[in-house]
This record gives sequence, structure tokens and C-alpha cells, in this order.
Amino acid sequence: MSKLIFEKSVKGARAFTLPESGIPPAMVTEAIPADLLREEDPLLPEISEVEAVRHFTALSQRSYGVDSGFYPLGSCTMKYNPKINEWAARLPGFAGIHPYQPEETVQGALELMYELEQMLCEITGMDSFTLQPAAGAHGEMTGAMIIKAYHNSRGDTKRTKMIVPDSAHGTNPATANMLGYKVIEVKSDERGLVDLEDLRALMSDEIAGLMLTNPNTLGLFEENIREIAAIVHDAGGLLYYDGANANAIIGIARPGDMGFDICHLNLHKTFGTPHGGGGPGSGPIGVKSFLAEFLPVPVIEKHEGKYRLNYDRPRSIGKVHTFYGNFGVMVKAYTYIKALGNTGLKEVSRNAVLNANYLRTKLAGSYDIPYNRLCKHEFVASARKQKKEAGITALDIAKALIDRGCHPPTIYFPLIVEEALMIEPTETETRERLDTFIEAMLEIDRQARENPERLKEAPHKAVIRRPDETGAARNPVLKWKPKE
Amino acid sequence: MNYVPNPPWVVRQMLDTIGIKSIDDLFADIPETLKLKRELNLPGPKSEVELRRELAALAAKNLSADDRPCFLGAGAYDHYIPAVVEQMLLRSEFYTAYTPYQPELSQGVLQTIFEYQTMICNLTGMDLANASMYDGGSALAEACSLACDATRRRKILIPDTVHPRYLEVIRTYAMGGKMEIITVPGKDGIADPDAITSMVDSQTAAVAIQHPNFYGNLETGLRQIEKAVHGVKGLLIMAVDPISLGILKPPGAWGADIAVGEGQSLGNPLSFGGPYLGFFAATEKLMRRVPGRLVGETVDREGNRAFVLTLQAREQHIRREKAGSNICSNEALCALAATIYLTLVGREGLKEIARRCHQLACYAKQQLEKAGLKLKYQKPFFKEFAVAIPDPRAANTALLKEGIIGGYELDRALLLAFTEKRTRAEIDRLASILGGIARE
Repeated sequence: MSKLIFEKSVKGARAFTLPESGIPPAMVTEAIPADLLREEDPLLPEISEVEAVRHFTALSQRSYGVDSGFYPLGSCTMKYNPKINEWAARLPGFAGIHPYQPEETVQGALELMYELEQMLCEITGMDSFTLQPAAGAHGEMTGAMIIKAYHNSRGDTKRTKMIVPDSAHGTNPATANMLGYKVIEVKSDERGLVDLEDLRALMSDEIAGLMLTNPNTLGLFEENIREIAAIVHDAGGLLYYDGANANAIIGIARPGDMGFDICHLNLHKTFGTPHGGGGPGSGPIGVKSFLAEFLPVPVIEKHEGKYRLNYDRPRSIGKVHTFYGNFGVMVKAYTYIKALGNTGLKEVSRNAVLNANYLRTKLAGSYDIPYNRLCKHEFVASARKQKKEAGITALDIAKALIDRGCHPPTIYFPLIVEEALMIEPTETETRERLDTFIEAMLEIDRQARENPERLKEAPHKAVIRRPDETGAARNPVLKWKPKE
Repeated sequence: MNYVPNPPWVVRQMLDTIGIKSIDDLFADIPETLKLKRELNLPGPKSEVELRRELAALAAKNLSADDRPCFLGAGAYDHYIPAVVEQMLLRSEFYTAYTPYQPELSQGVLQTIFEYQTMICNLTGMDLANASMYDGGSALAEACSLACDATRRRKILIPDTVHPRYLEVIRTYAMGGKMEIITVPGKDGIADPDAITSMVDSQTAAVAIQHPNFYGNLETGLRQIEKAVHGVKGLLIMAVDPISLGILKPPGAWGADIAVGEGQSLGNPLSFGGPYLGFFAATEKLMRRVPGRLVGETVDREGNRAFVLTLQAREQHIRREKAGSNICSNEALCALAATIYLTLVGREGLKEIARRCHQLACYAKQQLEKAGLKLKYQKPFFKEFAVAIPDPRAANTALLKEGIIGGYELDRALLLAFTEKRTRAEIDRLASILGGIARE
């Protein structure tokens, strides 16, 4: 059993020493009215430095990252995070600058951001970028705000609905709802792509736009994207690109050329910055020139070799982040793009797609793959055969993979595939690593037929067995309390 | 550099397995007219040696607060970060992990979040806390949005002593149409409790207040404001400085329903404004409306303690268009930094740091007054205050010439912040330079 840091506390133990201030206490009169002071100290740990270090080291050993092994989490792009990026973001000239320092003292930071925006424009075929959104969903929200601001600016206020595909990430409909849009789902056709007839039928002068991932969450390229764009644009709507799956097309095709008006990218997916156990991410968005005036403030401008922050943008939607976004993440993505360059970035997508198709080909004999054709960076398998024949679910397979040293794929998503196993290997995996995963998957399929009971009990080798999640939600314990 | 690991002969064999001739064939489903028929107009690949040179040169164009006195605050603070924090954050099982969707593989990450939630609850005096939001401003905006959902009302009253950028973020979030933001003019650097009392009504979803406020002043009218808003069954939202909670009465004790704040001060570098973390805590009553991830304690099937993401039915990946927030990625690693920071400074340390910041600010006030300057507002403050100065830009330029990063420029005033890193000598220099300007 893993003890909490609070349970390791020893009264009076400490790891921190305040520096000398050189000011004798008698020299200052503290001036906080007594009724504003707290009556009881906050309950925080009391622990020595060495025990604190051991505590967090032990917890790291009960965690699993890309550096620990294969992490084929679909739609999350869990690629290797280059170490030079970590070094760069920690340079005192980047990590030690205050967001409100005079512009002339942060020219290097502004230059980096300006250049990163330019590079993202080239990569996506968009005209202007903002780096302010702190995550993909934050970028989506910013994009939806720009859609709204655009229609409002034209006095076109009857557009109260947003279309999202039935295969969309949950953030798409949630984002549309945050902006007050009614969400309309467009169906997927039998090939797993947006159903054009259904889309045509849904379009009207009440539609603000369509939010679309391409390749979509089945890992399939929306081949009719030009036609989709025409349908949406003809009805006065805007087309939003969810960049979660951009790892499939860098240097090969660009959202801007496909007809998208707005797009976000996840720097923490496509551009190699680490996911941090759930963040920080960074979700810059790019727009076509006719939408640039709506971008959040400030925008970075270059005048005669000097960079400055411009807040004077009367039609801007405003701000979505207190400062300029997740700068530290931008440094890492900038370093990544510079490292790979034009040719290296293209190899990223070429190899991401190669690895995905290699896995798909090798797994197709044992697992049902509902849309079994050329995929892009990921594909969706289904455990419906194993479920029907042996009662083994996608969840059981996920847990069995843990016993075999792999992080499981994304499961039960997209919602349009039964018992979905969404597999994204990324370009940074070796064939040997992929083969180990394939062997594990084939062995699990065999065991489903031969010894399903053991699979239902998996994992056997992890630090815990399956937790009681229902109990956790029924009687939520969200913090530690000292024993009475 | 190249992080693609398979050599050409392996790629060849993989293509054979798939049954196609070339990698190009893998993109046959993309219409030819959509394909980029040229290389991206970007520089070519670089070696690590070249990258180091280039990035170091770019970083060197910035003036780092690391090695010179910094009196800038206004929402981001130059507090000391213990070496342990940086070292532990480099454990790559932490930083290269995804959101802990698979609890059996993620007990470590989940437990750190559970510890973080506990620490935020204990600091703020609230019942529960989520796993973090993007930053202080967006956390406050989400709090306002939650208040509107929970009360089914539209009006949010905000004194103009709240950080102006937080206000802008809230206004931008209000584009969704469910919030109406009404700013209430403050009086002499603090919120005006009488004005707020007169403005709350049955349509008021919440009063959102920052304490200490943007000007560093303590909001001494909190009791009246709390009574006023609760009197009309609205919510009290407080944005607070976590360091101040070492000595200041926590939001829970003021009767706040939601407490948020910028958590950067807790072990995260200035980093030009991000990544930071917004902390978000609330009363138990609001539990099922709280945005973002929540970690709960449970047991595994053998009865061992286990941690899991819980109450996920609130979240976008389950609830989709009915979710109250779309947040997915949060700032987990920054929250981990905060957890390690609070562990290291501990119960006594946080109190000492808070008191030291306040003492240094008090000392600075004395020295500035001795040098002939006056504070803009004569109000109790915590670690930050505004000193009246006719030309704050010129003052900052003069300070910079002496190697000092000055304050945040207000109208005829400079907002100065004092962390435990500042020394008597630095403050004496600050007072002497600003005094010199004042006498000119």
C-alpha cells in the first residue's frame, strides 16, 4: 500500500530554510488586520528533503511514460519527447523571464514566438496564428469564438448551430456548447467518412460551421474534403480543423489547402512536446486572412527588426489566457521543428502512417477492423469478435496489455465502433517494438479462446488490480483527511 | 536531428508486409490536387550542436530575472524554486505520461494529483479541488461560468480591482452568451462593498473578487460582500494568491463557494507567462459541476488502496455537448511542481515565506516613504503595492539601467512585488533610485 505524503509527515521535520533578509524584525511593523489572518495553519506535509525525494521517486516508479515503453494511445500521439527540447525550455533566458518585462528585454522570446507562428502558417497553409490557447480544447474554444465573432461582425446572428461528425472528439461538441451553439451531428457513411448527403441536408443559414478532424478519428482521410468545404462555404458556414490528428499529414497536405478557415494544432501531440501526465499542452490556432482581425490580443508584430506586442485590435475576441499562452511548451515545439526541418517533418508523417499500416496489416487476422483499408496515423480495431466468442471486452484486452509491458490503446472511442481499440503507434517506434506489441495482441487473442477467465482478471502484474471505479464515483473521496 | 528509428532496409520489409511498393503509396487516399507538391518552406534539419547554439543565442537576447532583482508581479511572481522541484519534474515517467486513463499503470501520477487536490483544499479551506486549469484567469472564467450554470442566473459582478487581464479573459469566455459581466468600480484601491451590496439582486449568479487584489491590497470588505451575495442566493467566487494563504484567512473561512487562483508561485518558473496552472476549489455542493479532472481514492479488487479519475460523467469525453466545460488537457505537470513545492516548504515554510514577503513589502514601504515617495493607496497590502510615481516608464528605464527589473506600470504609479528572494540591499537600492527620480 502506497502511503500519502501526509501520512509520512513527522511533526517538526522540514526541508526548507528561509534566506537571511538582513532586516531586523524590530525594523518593520507588519500591517495586516487581525481579522484577515488565518486562525489555523494550512495542513501541509512536514518532511525532510530526502524523504520527500524518495516519495516522489517512488511515485514516478508507479507511473508509465513514453520513456517507459510503447504507448499507442489513439488520438493522443504519444511520440518520443526529445531531450534537447527540455534543455532549451529551461534556459534561464527563457524560463526566467517575466511576462511583463519591457519588450526590449524579451526580444528573443518574441522572436521565437513570431517565428513559430510563421512556421505553423507554412505547415498548415493558414495566414495567421495565435499561440495563446493552452491546450487543444482551449484552441477549439478560441476557434469557435472566432467563428462567432465573424458571423456577428456581419450581422449574421441567426447561425446558432454547429455541426460535428458522430465520430468527433468529445471536445468538439463540448466546445460548441460552451459558445452557446446547438450541436448537430452529421452521420458517417459506410466507409467511415462524413456522409455528404446527410451534410447537405443539415446545411442551412442557421449553421455557423463544421468542426472536422482530418484524418478523422477512424484514422481515415476525408477524401471528399474539398466537396465538404464547398457545401459548408456555399451555405455561409466556416470550416474548423481539429488538429488532433495532424501527425498524419505534415509536409504532405495542409488544412489551408483543403478549404479549412480555422485550424488548431496540438504542439504536445504533433510537435513532440511531452504530455506531462495530462498537461501542459499548447493549442495554437491558425486562420485565413479574412479572420485574422478576430485573433486574441496581443499579436506579435515585427517592425524594422524589432518585435512588439500589439493590443490595439478593436475587433479581437479578447483574451483566452492571462498572458501569452504556454511559452515553455512553445520553446520545445520550436526546437523540435528546427531540429527536424522541412525534410524531417515530412518523414514524421510518412513513418507514422507506415507504422500504423504495419500494425493494422499484422493485426487484421486476429482482430476485427471495421474499416480495414489504408489508414493514416492510426486505425480502430474492434474486440467485438473476442466479446462474442469469449466474453472478452476491449477493457479486458487493455488490462492484459498492461501485464505485457505496453500501455493500452484508447478504448471505447470513437463511439461509432463497438468495443473500439484505437491504435496510434507514432513514427518514433521501431519495428521490433511494434512486433512485441503485435505478439502481445495475438497472444491475448489466443488466451481469449483458451483461458478467458485469466484475461478477465487482468492485470496481474501491475502495482494494483482493477480498481473499484463505481465505488469511487458513488462515494467520492477527493482528498485525504487526518484520522480523528 | 531525426527521431524516426527504422533504417531504410527495415522500412522496405515493412512495406513488403503491408503489400505496397513505397511510402508514397500509403497516401494514395489523399487526392493529388490536395498534396503539397513541394518541400515545406522551412530550413533543413539541424544537429543538436547547431540547435544548442541557436537556442542559447536566442535565449541570450532576453534579460533573465534569474540573476537580477525583479520587482515585477501583477500575477506572476519571482518566488524561489527549490532544486528538488526541478529534479523531480525530470523523472520522465511523470513528464512523458499521458492523462492517467489507465489507473493500474498510473498510480503514481494519480496519487500526486490526489495529494495536490488535498493540499489545495487545505490551503483554501474548501471541500474539494480539481486537478488544475490552464491558469488563474481561465480558472476564474470557468468559475463564473459554473456559477451561472449552478444558479441558472446570468449576472456576474466583478469589482475593477480584479486583474484587468483576468477580466478580459472572463469577458471573452462570456461570448458563450450565458454570462453578463458587470464591473463594479472600486474605491481607493479596493472593492466597494456598498456598491456591490446595492447592485446584487435575484439575477446575480456570483460576485467574483480577487484578494489580495490586483493592486496588492487586501479586500477588507469581504464580510459585507459575502453577506450581500449570499443574501440573494448568489455565489461568492474568490481568486487568491496561494502564497498569501500561508498567513491569510482562506476563502473557505470567508464563506466562498468557489476559490481559484494562479498557482505559478508554487514551484513554477516565470517562463514568460506560461505554462502556469489555475487551481480550482469548491464546496461539496458544487462537486458534480466542477470542470476538469478529479482524482478519487478507492480500492482495487483485493482491497488495496487505489486512485482513479472519477466523476467522469461531468466531462466532455462522456457528456459531450452537455458538458459544462470542454477542458481536456490541464496543467498536470505544473500541478505536480506545486505539489512537490508545497511538500518541501511544508507547513512552517509556507507560513515563513508568506510572512517574509509581507515583511519585505512593509520594509520597502518604509524605505520608499523615507526617500520621499508615497503609496498610491493607503490600504493594508500583502506582498505587493502601488507606489505613486509621475512617470512609471521612465522609472523602469532608470531601474533597468541599474540592472533592476522594475514594476508593473500603472497610471502614475508602479506596482511593486516583494518575494522572499528580495534582500534588504536590493530594496535599499530600489528606494534610492526611485527616490532620486522623485526628487528630480
